[in-house]
Amino acid sequence: MASQSLDIARRSATTTQPPNVRGDVPKVAKLIDISKCIGCKACQAACMEWNDYRDKVGTCNGTYNNPPDLDADQWTVMRFTEYEPEGGKLEWLIRKDGCMHCADPGCLKACPAPGAIVQYGNGIVDFHEEHCIGCGYCITGCPFDIPRLSKKDGKAYKCTLCSDRVAVGLEPACIKSCPTGALVFGTKDDMIHHAEGRIADLNSRGFAQAALYDPKGVGGTHVMYVLPHGDKPEIYDRLPKDPGISPWVSVWKGVTKPILGLGLGVIALGGFIHYVTKGPNEADDEDAKEDKHERR
Amino acid sequence: MTNHWVDIKNANLVLIMGGNAAEAHPCGFKWVTEAKAHKGAQLIVIDPRFNRSAAMADYYAPIRTGTDIAFLGGVIHYLLSHDKINHEYVKAYTNAGYLVNSAYGFEDGLFTGYEPAKRAYDKSTWSYVKGPDGYVEVDATMTDPRCVMNLMKAHYARYTPEVVSNICGTPQDQFLHVCEMIAETSAPTKTLTIMYALGWTQHTVGTQMIRTAAMVQLLLGNIGMAGGGVNALRGHSNIQGLTDLGLMSNLLPGYMTLPMEQETDFQKYLEVRALKPLRPGQLSYWQNYPKFHVSLMKAWYGDAATKDNDYAFDYLPKLDKIYDILQVFELMHQGKMNGYFCQGFNPLASFPNKAKIGGALAKLKYLVVIDPLATETSEFWQNFGPYNDVDPTKIQTEVFRLPSTCFAEENGSLVNSSRWLQWHYQGADPPGEAKADPEIVAGIFLKLRELYRKEGGAFPDPIVNLTWNYAIPAAPHPEELAREYNGRALADLTDPADPTKVVLKAGQQLDSFAQLKDDGSTACGCWIFSGAWTEKGNIMARRDTADPSGLGETLGWAFAWPANRRILYNRASCDPAGKPWDPRRDIIHWNGSKWVGFDVPDFKPDSAPAQDMGPFIMQPEGVARFFTLDKVIDGPFPEHYEPFETPISTNPLHPKVVSNPAARVFKDDLEAFGTAKDFPYAATTYRLTEHFHFWTKHAKINAILQPEQFVEIGEELAKEKGLKAGDQVMVRSNRGFLKAVAVVTKRIKPLTVNGKTVHTVGVPIHWGFKGVAKNGYITNTLTPYVGDANVQTPEFKSFLVDIEKA
Ligand code: SF4
Ligand code: SF4
Ligand code: SF4
Repeated sequence: MASQSLDIARRSATTTQPPNVRGDVPKVAKLIDISKCIGCKACQAACMEWNDYRDKVGTCNGTYNNPPDLDADQWTVMRFTEYEPEGGKLEWLIRKDGCMHCADPGCLKACPAPGAIVQYGNGIVDFHEEHCIGCGYCITGCPFDIPRLSKKDGKAYKCTLCSDRVAVGLEPACIKSCPTGALVFGTKDDMIHHAEGRIADLNSRGFAQAALYDPKGVGGTHVMYVLPHGDKPEIYDRLPKDPGISPWVSVWKGVTKPILGLGLGVIALGGFIHYVTKGPNEADDEDAKEDKHERR
Repeated sequence: MTNHWVDIKNANLVLIMGGNAAEAHPCGFKWVTEAKAHKGAQLIVIDPRFNRSAAMADYYAPIRTGTDIAFLGGVIHYLLSHDKINHEYVKAYTNAGYLVNSAYGFEDGLFTGYEPAKRAYDKSTWSYVKGPDGYVEVDATMTDPRCVMNLMKAHYARYTPEVVSNICGTPQDQFLHVCEMIAETSAPTKTLTIMYALGWTQHTVGTQMIRTAAMVQLLLGNIGMAGGGVNALRGHSNIQGLTDLGLMSNLLPGYMTLPMEQETDFQKYLEVRALKPLRPGQLSYWQNYPKFHVSLMKAWYGDAATKDNDYAFDYLPKLDKIYDILQVFELMHQGKMNGYFCQGFNPLASFPNKAKIGGALAKLKYLVVIDPLATETSEFWQNFGPYNDVDPTKIQTEVFRLPSTCFAEENGSLVNSSRWLQWHYQGADPPGEAKADPEIVAGIFLKLRELYRKEGGAFPDPIVNLTWNYAIPAAPHPEELAREYNGRALADLTDPADPTKVVLKAGQQLDSFAQLKDDGSTACGCWIFSGAWTEKGNIMARRDTADPSGLGETLGWAFAWPANRRILYNRASCDPAGKPWDPRRDIIHWNGSKWVGFDVPDFKPDSAPAQDMGPFIMQPEGVARFFTLDKVIDGPFPEHYEPFETPISTNPLHPKVVSNPAARVFKDDLEAFGTAKDFPYAATTYRLTEHFHFWTKHAKINAILQPEQFVEIGEELAKEKGLKAGDQVMVRSNRGFLKAVAVVTKRIKPLTVNGKTVHTVGVPIHWGFKGVAKNGYITNTLTPYVGDANVQTPEFKSFLVDIEKA
């Protein structure tokens, strides 16, 4: 792997020039091949071990989703969906959910705390919890509903793409643990190339719409999926078809400063607060419509 | 496995049936994804549930639990009637042309010789016709109506697609689609690999299910081929090693057997095991039995095993019957067994009918539990509310718990499904007072020996004369034990071709079992492991991944028994002339003067093809058997019998003989079987990826990933019963009940069987009342106390329950 500089390319609520003496470093990516994932949760276990967090022992909610959702103590979960289209074959879709490491991260743009969210030169989006003020704006800014506030310290947590491992030339813990090769890691270019081979294989097995999920609405992502049904991302437990950052976040972002430029910011803030409290109604409705397959 | 894990990647078609590799063997399953990604392989999954493996399958077909012989028998019928077999292979490498005793027959569900009072067969008619030369008569044209091929055709002619579908509940078109996919691999350049596990073994017809699969593979010519074979996926990391070392009541190491009560004559004991060839020119490798056996006795008894005392033959126990676990707990339950040592397993959770197991343990005077964990068994006498509702004041059993180390806390070798002995190193110190198993056993042995030495007793010799030459007698080292099972020369060994040449000096480690002698000049603790620790050192610790063939034949990685051979019967990967059936699967071939290649030939290395030696060298015929003579007790051809608890209360093939007539059933257990009238649903038990047996509920991360006991039911049954996902339900069998969360799923569909709708209830096994996961009921509260007719593996996979909202 090429050198993985931890140079910070972007920093929340910060306008100073980022360091760039090393120039461009290669972008990295994790590729999640849904067609190879058996839902064994080894990656989930590895994430707990490497990052040293432990959720509580919960209960079974009548599905295989355990724990049932992302949490400050659960940075990745497998989402199981039983998909049986009218007249079609039953499929058990299993999607590893977690931060997508957006090239254009809504979380970072929405964050008002300087340096609580950073993006490294290699594309990884990381939360630096010591700067987090616990406002939860990142949650609202995220088109994938990823960050979670901890009930213990009130700060936001999510997948780091194992930035500490990547920085020293190791693959993320989940990648190392995956027994089937459903998870692969490398430069984004290599991962796109790898995905092309997988898509050709899926095409030959009758998945004519197999595709790479690297949504443009967030500038592409550093976590990508190979989707057998590439035309229907929403069947994979509500993976958004066309994710984007709410325009309010962009406006808000435009005025976000270490100290708020109050006069200019007021209107934007009003809109943003509405967005934060009421949520992106439009998107939600669409999600609800698409959510016709129960989670299993 | 006939083949090995890595070799799965060479298959064109993978059939997972009687197992759920993605769920229970996720790391091995990667070779299926390799085959799919790089060889364009197709994956078929056949299972009552659309499981994790099915999620990866190119084709899934449902089947009713316990009916796999009907399905595979139907495949045999399809292959024979559509002429989709490898003719040359079948003719040269199987007993298809062998002539069978004219008195043999099969009628109305029974083979000839059935004795109802004994629930057993007189197997004398299940035999070959022998010619005046003493060899079996063979009709190479296979036209004789008494040849195996024609008897097999007749036997499976009944297994039409209609019949299969009626018994299995598999829709006919899906069954036929699977047949077509399988049939394609009858081409010599295509292979099918079959992966199975406890979904085949845990039935009263388990042995025969596996045999049916082997028959399919023989018809297709897929045994001995890279990417072929019948591959057992072993569960515990060393359960393969357990069978290899003979830790069964009737076995000795290396698949040798203990004598039965009437076998008091040493020479006769050897003779019936050292099988003479049934056809001219055959190797019949078991002829070497005396060498393996004498060397074992020399390893155990050293100088006390002499020619004059028949190498201590009298020291060996002589069995009146087989003491499998069901027999043992039956005796305990009857109060005929007073003490029990339970090392590394958890019978209260792992054996069927928990009420009976708990009741049996309560009749013991003492119970010794050797385990790294505080198992349910070790606390069977404690009250854990509804999960273990017993009255401790009524139980007098004295329990000794001896904490042992787990695999990560010791050096040693584990044998995996691939038959590889892989050495591993201690990764952590054991906690508290935990001791390694050899140390615990040594402590008990040394004390016993001291008592026998002091007090004598009826027959102290087997104990006081046992070889115990370890550097620290109270703590034998894994390295010492490994060297012992490899074996060593006790006198100088010379080259058979040149007796003046000394190959090994006395005291040196053997190179392989080929050097074993029946004259007491070699010692070997387990002949099939010979070669694992030679004068070159610890062969099991090798980690060379070099694979010159590209087929995963990494001969420098660890040690594979036997003789570091990776694919068994690999002579059959070549045609009779010694040329590979498929040039891309060239693992060995005849080079004009000997057998060479990327694997170790499973054959006499210099036997030219013209000599007509068969590739199945362990068989006295030299060929594989469709008709299996008297080697299994419930019939020379596999036949479909219903589980003892059947949801259809009949056997559509022969209503008078419903379940396996040769399976042993104890009286109390017969009475504890339920019927479909009271318990209408077919139930099956299984494992989940997130857990390993009853161990990982003691581990926090696993408990987080799968915290609470659940049962799986289909949407249709849920609707009928008014249940929804997340409800608490009660599942009852005639032996007890459990309560758990309902997982309601599209992945279990009702099947139409013999005109009746059959629902399946799935019950994972992992919960209990010890550990950090949420407490749960022991699943084996529900399961029936009856085992496979041949090897007594309990019928955990097919029984009857009722279900209701709790
Ligand atoms: S997925 Fe959400 S949390 Fe992750 S980088 Fe994108 S916006 Fe931020
Ligand atoms: S990349 Fe690291 S932090 Fe993210 S899910 Fe994988 S293991 Fe967890
Ligand atoms: S480890 Fe790999 S196969 Fe297992 S759940 Fe995670 S992505 Fe899927």
